[in-house]
Amino acid sequence: MILPLIIFALCALLAVGGAVALILAREPIHSALALILVMVSLAVVYLLLGAPFVAAVQIIVYAGAVMVLFVFVIMLLNTGAEEHTSFSKIAKFVGVPLGLVLMLWIGHWMFHAQAGSAIGTAEGMVQSSTTELSKMLFQQYLFPFEATSILILIALLGALVMARKEE
Amino acid sequence: MNAIPISWYLVLSAILFGLGVIAFVFKRNVITVFMSIELMLNAVNLAFVAFARAHDQLDGLVFVFFVIVVAAAEAAVGLAIVIMLAQNRQSLSVERVNLLKF
Repeated sequence: MILPLIIFALCALLAVGGAVALILAREPIHSALALILVMVSLAVVYLLLGAPFVAAVQIIVYAGAVMVLFVFVIMLLNTGAEEHTSFSKIAKFVGVPLGLVLMLWIGHWMFHAQAGSAIGTAEGMVQSSTTELSKMLFQQYLFPFEATSILILIALLGALVMARKEE
Repeated sequence: MNAIPISWYLVLSAILFGLGVIAFVFKRNVITVFMSIELMLNAVNLAFVAFARAHDQLDGLVFVFFVIVVAAAEAAVGLAIVIMLAQNRQSLSVERVNLLKF
């Protein structure tokens, strides 16, 4: 009974610590590594929530493909530590309180919005969720699924056209 | 079986989203700003999965799938834009990109 609680607490601490490290790091590559830490701990949280397919996709697509792309671009452009100018101080004094207020407000709202409703924790859902998810994806959500394939194709073409050297 | 209340997941999601917003306004590097957008998308995904669990409906997981696909497409196009920017401006600071600024 206590084990899921320990795993959740550990992953939540790692995720929040990674997000804070993303903000505090001066080098972009350190921020990228912190973001990978956040994504991997979120994948464990998805497993706790009984969504193994989402956890696998999180690892493969986010921590794998997207972050490799980020790290590749950081290496390609050889970026150093970021420079701070006078405008950065305004961002610090306005942005940080604004973000904290937003965080507290959303957290408070979500905590109270959810307090009344019952929490369904069916054990059978864990096993069948991937099967049910694929049925839903290829029947009820077939058109959006096909539309995303067009979207991926357009994004691929757009990235190719932009990254190409002008002659 | 699951001893953890759903609201804890939602609070974790809210904290991560807030940290993403702070990173978005605080970071000065274009690549890091992109990474904070990815952090916010991750926080929203966590809220989707938690709500899907709370209501025992799998529609939330399908939406997470679509969010991940769109985020991957966004990262590909966005990083192509970043490479163009680095070639044209010789800098990755967001303050150097002020041509459209009033």
